[in-house]
Amino acid sequence: MRRLRALDWRLGVPAVALCVTGVLLVWSSTRARVPEDPQAFLRRQALNVAVGLVVMVVVASRDHWTLRAWTVPVYAAGCLGLLAVLTPLGKTVNGSQSWLGLGPLQVQPSEIAKLALVFGLAAVLGDGEAERRPEAVRVPAALGVAAVPLGLVMLQPDLGTALIMAATALGVLVVAEVRWRWIGLLVAAGVAAAALAWWLDLLKPHQVQRLLVFADPAADPQGAGYNAVQALVTIGSGGLFGRGLFHGDQTGGRFVPEQHTDFILTVAGEELGFVGAAGILVLLWCVLWRALHVAGRAASPYGRLVAAGIAGWLTVQAAVNVGMVVGLAPIVGVPLPFVSYGGSSVVTCLAAVGVLMSIGASSEIFPSGRFSGTARGGTNDLPTFGGA
Amino acid sequence: MRSRLLLVHLLVTSLFIVLLGRLWQVQVVDFDRYARAATEDHVRHVVIPAVRGRIVDDRGRPLVRNRTAMTVSVDLSTLSRQPDEGREVLRRLSGLLRVPQEEIARRARLCGPKVGRPCWPGSPYQPIPVAEGVDERTAMQIVERPEDFPGVVAELQPVREYPNGRLAAHVLGYLAPEDRAVVGRDGLEAAYEADLRGTPGSRDLVVDSAGHVLRTLAEQPPTPGATLVTSLDVKVQKAAERALRRAVEAARKRGRVADQAAAVVMEARTGRIVAMANLPSYDPSVWVGGIDPADYARLTSQKRGSPLLSRAVQGQWPPGSTWKVTSTAAAVRYGYRLRGTYDCPGTYRVGDRDFRNYRAVDHGRIDLHRALVVSCDTVFYKFAYDMWLRRPGKKHPMLSMAKAFGFGRKTGVDLPGEAPGHLPDRAWDWPGEAANFSIGQGEILVTPLQLATAYAALANGGTLFSPRVGKALVGADGRVLRKITPPVAGRLPVGAKTLAYTRKALADVPKSGTAAGAFAGFPLDRHPVAGKTGTAEVFGQQDTSWFASFDKRYVVVVMVAQGGNGGETAAPAAREIWSHLYGVSKR
Repeated sequence: MRRLRALDWRLGVPAVALCVTGVLLVWSSTRARVPEDPQAFLRRQALNVAVGLVVMVVVASRDHWTLRAWTVPVYAAGCLGLLAVLTPLGKTVNGSQSWLGLGPLQVQPSEIAKLALVFGLAAVLGDGEAERRPEAVRVPAALGVAAVPLGLVMLQPDLGTALIMAATALGVLVVAEVRWRWIGLLVAAGVAAAALAWWLDLLKPHQVQRLLVFADPAADPQGAGYNAVQALVTIGSGGLFGRGLFHGDQTGGRFVPEQHTDFILTVAGEELGFVGAAGILVLLWCVLWRALHVAGRAASPYGRLVAAGIAGWLTVQAAVNVGMVVGLAPIVGVPLPFVSYGGSSVVTCLAAVGVLMSIGASSEIFPSGRFSGTARGGTNDLPTFGGA
Repeated sequence: MRSRLLLVHLLVTSLFIVLLGRLWQVQVVDFDRYARAATEDHVRHVVIPAVRGRIVDDRGRPLVRNRTAMTVSVDLSTLSRQPDEGREVLRRLSGLLRVPQEEIARRARLCGPKVGRPCWPGSPYQPIPVAEGVDERTAMQIVERPEDFPGVVAELQPVREYPNGRLAAHVLGYLAPEDRAVVGRDGLEAAYEADLRGTPGSRDLVVDSAGHVLRTLAEQPPTPGATLVTSLDVKVQKAAERALRRAVEAARKRGRVADQAAAVVMEARTGRIVAMANLPSYDPSVWVGGIDPADYARLTSQKRGSPLLSRAVQGQWPPGSTWKVTSTAAAVRYGYRLRGTYDCPGTYRVGDRDFRNYRAVDHGRIDLHRALVVSCDTVFYKFAYDMWLRRPGKKHPMLSMAKAFGFGRKTGVDLPGEAPGHLPDRAWDWPGEAANFSIGQGEILVTPLQLATAYAALANGGTLFSPRVGKALVGADGRVLRKITPPVAGRLPVGAKTLAYTRKALADVPKSGTAAGAFAGFPLDRHPVAGKTGTAEVFGQQDTSWFASFDKRYVVVVMVAQGGNGGETAAPAAREIWSHLYGVSKR
């Protein structure tokens, strides 16, 4: 009974809806890719979602103290995975070494590392007694925990994932009540580091190209700007209601590279129109809203930080992905959560939903009763579970 | 603590509102712009050229028809998108077609102020043909390996075919690429371009990013061009060209230069052209599939005689004694008695200079009939001088009559680039000018076609036609779309008696006059052919040889530049044509 109750439908329904939409969009955009087997990508993504749902249910049915116990193994596994890709075991795709071949399986450890980062940060910052602020010493410790996976991702180099990790870490620090002046200092240091990297030419040429093209997409429409221009044209040609699933000529003609992965929203844009693309955004927003709700009701600071971290991660990743597709952000290769093709991404996202469900369920077993979902109450009112 | 979560809540929500706003802007506000861009991306508008109409002779025998040829074309816009701007593709294509790469590159480059032929004068967005008549196996390699040949198309396309080789090349004309299509640039191909071309169709194709066609969006089939039925007769045309060739060869054997020649065969009563031959000539199939630069240089080279020129309509020479028909008409109209007799001395003094007969022969007192038959010059000198003396400073009656015969202006034939000939346009200060004019010398130039229309008017009783080669336009379904009738350009201001008298006089020329040698053995009793020889002096060149002949049905005019005496070179060619017209066996 407890297991079923843990499956919060307000999280599960939008998440599954996103995954199912994703499967359809992947199918539509890959039918022409393998002419002898048009359903190849459909089957693989359906399998990815199925595996992800199993993982979600399994994770959701643990209480979040069990999750707390998993923190170290998950974090260690994430970092080891990132380390492994840098060895000859890793495969280079699109200029960054981010894939790990495990027999027939292709794993992208940087996806798992995002969840690992959230777990690690929450463990460091949320492990104190339920007081207002973590001790000062925990902040540098948290930075250290964040620096390991972040540094390894930078070495691939995978700028998009690094950016999302940095933003996620920042989000966790904010929710953890770290003083604003610390946060301000960190942001300033980050900006300075970015400026220095640009100044010292530390970026790879293709990364520089992407940034330049973002400044002026028309500068090189056949070259580096091709993706940006084609994405806009494809999504814009959908109009209000789209051309109908499987009826997009831009999608069918494969004008947008990486359309089934990072540019999956263009398929929705062309074939399902504004209604479809906006629907995906609304579904994502539902998941995030519920995640933040779970964070607000979490029974422990740890749970709150994990939930908020997941929300921050998914928000930044979704915003960066949608932003690059609609020309509001430079092109950095990050998938759209739940929707984009890719086993590592889908399974990690659904696992994160499982984590959110577990935290939410834990707070319901020990309801504060006084919590009304607004800023009226305080954690001080909650019973403490530090010793549990 | 809650305040920070609330802050995150607000941040997330506002971020999503921004993204939704941007989506609305891209998909709804700017929809038209992006939809158009997408259409440009994935829809290819392909023009389906209409099959060009055929050109056939009077009996429906084809002069120009179409055959399909496997044509290899390159699409510059696709090529330019290749990393090396398509050099590698052209190199592969060069190996496959066994044509030097530079040659393909030259054909596929766009014409410009500094880019000479071969080059592509059409649209850069249209596939440019680089090879025609490619064999099927080679074409299949291109079709089956699109990844090796991006931007290269191999497809069957109709091209012009000339079943009779170089027959009537100048009359038929040729096609050359211009702007967006291949169009008629000379001859009937140019004159009837609008009818022959038909209406091109179009096809909107949905393509993928590699240019592969996914499906057809819309299709508008082309309407084929109309068939042009001409009044030409392939057999007569062949005979005329053969006769001209033989006449030129024979003249050269006699030491003449004989570098240009033309023959016109016209129906005297209708103004329709039955045959029109020109030398030098060329094979019009050199234009098919883009002309070779060496061929183009040869066709336009003056040293090689500019074989592109149609001498019959574009060449002009002094007419010599064939002109005496107009001078006779002018004299009679001015008041000289048609049946009077006139002195034909060996020399005649005009003003302060002596003008001589041919070889200064004195024929004594003769009538106009004899004056025409023996081609006496001095009779006409006297007419011209008298008229000049009586009407000083005024327009000479012979000049007015020449204009009435249609000289000095275009006949309006349905062929492009016609020369107007030339007549003096001012009063003569010196009587010698009038004397020269009376025998077709001096400041007069006529085209063989002009002379043919003038003689047709003489033969048919005075109707001057604007001649036509085209007879009718017939649609693909066999329906006659338009009938073409030679319009009447004027009437000769010459009495029927004068015309009949002149005809009768000229009928004796082949019998006993200057063309008697050429017509020896021709059954003139059964086929009374009349005619007039002309031997026109050209300064610094050998004489131009003319023979203008006619009967009730046909007019045959032959001109051989630098061919010598009219009776010696042009008349035998005319006789050969007449022999063919009436099925008379050769001598």
